[in-house]
Formats: sequence, structure tokens, C-alpha cells
Amino acid sequence: MGQQNGQAGNGQAISVEQIRRWLLAYAHRIIEQEEYLTALDADIGDADHGTNMRRGLEKVKERLEDPDCPCNSVGSLLRSVAMTLISAVGGAAGPLYGTFFLRAATSCNNSPAITPAQFAAMLRQGLEGVKQRGKAHLDDKTMVDSIQPAVEALEAAIGQHKDLRQALHEAAEAARRGMEHTAEIPARKGRASYLGPRSIGHQDPGATSAYYLFETAAQVLATPAHRRESPSRHR
Amino acid sequence: MSGVALAPGRSITASLEGMVLAYPDLLQFHRDPDYVAWAVPPTEEKVAVISGSGSGHEPLPVGYVGPGMLDAACPGRVFTSPSPVQLVAATRAVAQEAGAVYVVKNYAGGVMTAEMALDLLGDEAIPVRTVLVNDDVAIPDPARRRGLGAAVLASKIAGAAAQAGLPLDQVADLAERMVQNTRSLGVATDACTLARAGIREPLPPDQVEWGVGIHGEPGQVRPLPKDPVLLLEEMAEALRADLELRPGEPLLLMLSSLGGTPQAELYWAFRHLHRTLQAMGLSIARHLVGTFITCLGRGGWIATLARMDGQLLELWDAPVHTPVLHW
Repeated sequence: MGQQNGQAGNGQAISVEQIRRWLLAYAHRIIEQEEYLTALDADIGDADHGTNMRRGLEKVKERLEDPDCPCNSVGSLLRSVAMTLISAVGGAAGPLYGTFFLRAATSCNNSPAITPAQFAAMLRQGLEGVKQRGKAHLDDKTMVDSIQPAVEALEAAIGQHKDLRQALHEAAEAARRGMEHTAEIPARKGRASYLGPRSIGHQDPGATSAYYLFETAAQVLATPAHRRESPSRHR
Repeated sequence: MSGVALAPGRSITASLEGMVLAYPDLLQFHRDPDYVAWAVPPTEEKVAVISGSGSGHEPLPVGYVGPGMLDAACPGRVFTSPSPVQLVAATRAVAQEAGAVYVVKNYAGGVMTAEMALDLLGDEAIPVRTVLVNDDVAIPDPARRRGLGAAVLASKIAGAAAQAGLPLDQVADLAERMVQNTRSLGVATDACTLARAGIREPLPPDQVEWGVGIHGEPGQVRPLPKDPVLLLEEMAEALRADLELRPGEPLLLMLSSLGGTPQAELYWAFRHLHRTLQAMGLSIARHLVGTFITCLGRGGWIATLARMDGQLLELWDAPVHTPVLHW
């Protein structure tokens, strides 16, 4: 173990292969949660978030499993995911998730691996892109409510030199709390905002689908890059 | 009742194929990315008018594609705005150097889709102006008002202005002027067919929902007045007050079914709306009654009232040849 991660603390690198596995896990999570996401959206929106996201993430899964998937750098991988989502997902979710991954991609150079600090910076860029695109702030009851606390927790943990596993765990917990908090506040953005105070008591579907990003990151990225549990897809 | 084949998020492809089959001389369905454009492209160079919209609001948007109105429509899935890639494909196909106007109803998804399409078009040499449609008086804050019937009116005005050879900025300004002078209000008489949930909590027969959107966004549940005519009078007053109309101004009144209202009830409602407005001393210069913008098969109406002027009336009267509007 540790042949490539000589640095101490959270200096361990995240490879493009790990990023690919993380996004695959995310795709699986969305696909299996389609009905739940749609049910949340039926309560306060227009009942299409699950279907919409499932359709997009199925395309992402196909793309990530395709041997021609651009897996030589984190940036090109993220850009490919972004374009797939922009093409396949309508509604607000397509532009928002598309922007998240597109902006995240621009912060990565063409290296095949990134440091945890670069990973946090990448997610920070994605967050800022989403806030700009959706003109949303914290507590508007949107996906920002799970992403922003998670990015802040990740940045703080990495700043305190916690190891990657712990940092990702704290980020996922912050995302989960942020997601749950959306049930306590009224919507100020999106279709749910027309409900005003009647949206209180319902968890936001977008905050929920965004939480899965951090939940799956904690599950997948904490595993060291060189420990391949599954056979390589390039046979 | 609807719901056999369509629900939020469902594909609209077969429905679009049917529509194009019904109007083969007018429409052509381009696939992957999906958009509908004229069967016979225009020969002259002009500004293109393009509108994206979720489906479930038929005949909007595809029913307004044709000479004198939309050059292309990009329908998304049911109640879901299209992907930006659809808008980009339609823009590249129908817009030339003269540019394009996007008619965008004010919903988070639609607005972001248009912005993202512009990002993707980037530095391509197609100038685009977005006209935001926000005419729903049920929302007090104008910035948050949803797009309803003014989408039809703005598309007609933009299409006529483009056909007349006006440059991009004038086409967009005229469409914006149309939006600024238009107000709509939706009132539903039954519940909206929704998704996996099937039909939402049914609306009791003695109640109506005031100020509904076209995606089942709930309005305010109110008792149906003992004399239902009062409902139409109240709708007319809400529109008049918000537009701050004065007697003598020429008006356009459009009454659309939400999709499930019987014709007889639609004309009944039109009579009372028309009478009420006339009793206010207002003059209806143009009117439309029918099915123009809907919420799947919901019962109820969207009343749209617009303050016209000489130029807007001229553009409204200009020839149009689409599945829905043709004169």
C-alpha cells in the first residue's frame, strides 16, 4: 500500500479512475432513488426530478462505462459528464448539474490525478457555478443547501490536515444535514417557491439528489486509488 | 381524462409525430436533438423566432410554428423544459446572421435552459435576444411572475415583426412591449393530472383553484360563488386592475381552456368575461377563444388580457400560417 501516496495526512491523490468510479456510484444511486426523488418532487414541484435525473444519469453511466470515455484527465472526464447531462436532462436540473460539472472541470488541469485540496477547489467551483446559474443562495431550499455546507466542511477538514476518508465523511454529513434542513424552510427558488410557506415540511428534491454526490464520494473516494476491487474495464 | 400516455417527465415523441402527421405541409420534426421547424424553410433572410417549452401545454409551443410566428419550437418532456442542446440545434438550423429571438416563459428551468444555450453557442456569429414572458397576475412580485398566455401573444408579435423584415432589436423590443402590456390569470375547476401520484387531491365540486400555473402549481382554493358568473367578473377585474386600464384603450382578450373544459363552458366563460369588460367601459378590439395554452387535461381557463396599440394591432393582424393560428 501507499506506493504512490508518499505525502502525509490528506496529501493522498485522487485518480481519474477513482473519480470515474465515484460518478458511476452516483449514477447508480440516482437510478435506484428515482421513485423517491420523484415522490419528493410531487409534493412541492412538478414530479419530474426523479425521471429527469435517472434519464441523465443512465446516459452518464453509459458514457463512463464506454471504453472511449475520456479518462486521461479529471477535467476531460468531468466535461464529458457535464455535456452528457446538458444533452439528456431538461428542466432546471440539466443546466444546474451541467454547470456544476462544467465549472468543476475548468478548475482541474489535465493531470490524471488531483490532490484532496484540488478536489475541494473543484467542488467549490461547481458550487459557485450552480449559485450563479440558479441565482440561488443558502436557505433558498435548493441543491445549494446540501452542496455549500459540504464544500465548506471539506475545505475545513482539509485545512486541518484531516485524512481524506475523514474529510469526505464530514462533507457527506454536512450535506445530509443541509438536505434535511431544507424540510424546515420555505422555498424561495424554483417551482416550489410558488407554494411559499406551504413548502415547509417537505425536503427539497434537488438538495437530495445533490446530497448523493457527497454520500457516494465518501463511500468511493476514501478507498485508495491503487486498490482495485473490480477488474479493469479495459480487458 | 388525460393520463393514459402522458405524465410529467414522459416522452412526447409519439405525440409530436402525430402533430407533424396532422400538419405535414407546415411542420417538420427534427430528431436528436428534437425540435420542430417549418416544413418549407423561409427563403428570405430574417430574424428567427424560437421558443422552448415543456410539453403538456399543447398546442403550445409546436402549434405556433409556421410563417408569421415561430420558426422553431423545442418541446421538452411533459412539464420539463427542453435541454439547452435542443435550443442550440434549433438556433443553428433556423437562425442566420439576422439573429434569433428566444421567447422564454419565466420558469427557473426555462430561463436557465436559454442561458445555458447562449453559453454553448458562445462566440458563434448568431446574435440572440431573449424575451422573458411573465404575465401571471397570481404572483404579486412581477419578477417572479410565471409565463402564461403572453407567450402566445409575444410569439405572434415577434413572428410578424420578423416576417416584416425588422431587425433583431426591434423584433425583440416589440415582443417585450407585448409582454409588458399583457396579464393572465388561471382558474382551475378540477385537479391537475400529475405523474406517478396520478391525480392530486381532487378538488370538491363546490370549490375552484384561483391563480394556478400550467404545471399543476397550486393556486388558492376558494369556494365556487353561488353565482359562478361572479368568478368571471372577479377574473376580469383582477386583470383590469393590474393593467391599470382606462376606458377606450383597444384590448385583446384571449380565453384558453386549461385543456379539459367543455367548449360550452368555455364560451359561457367568454361571454361573461367579455360582458364584464364591456361594462367597465373597455373595448375588446380582438379576441380569441379556444385551446391555446393548457395544463394537460385540467378543467378551467386562462384569461389573457392585453393593451394593444396601433403597431401591435397591425402585427397581430398580419398573416400567420400555423396549425393553431391562421389568417
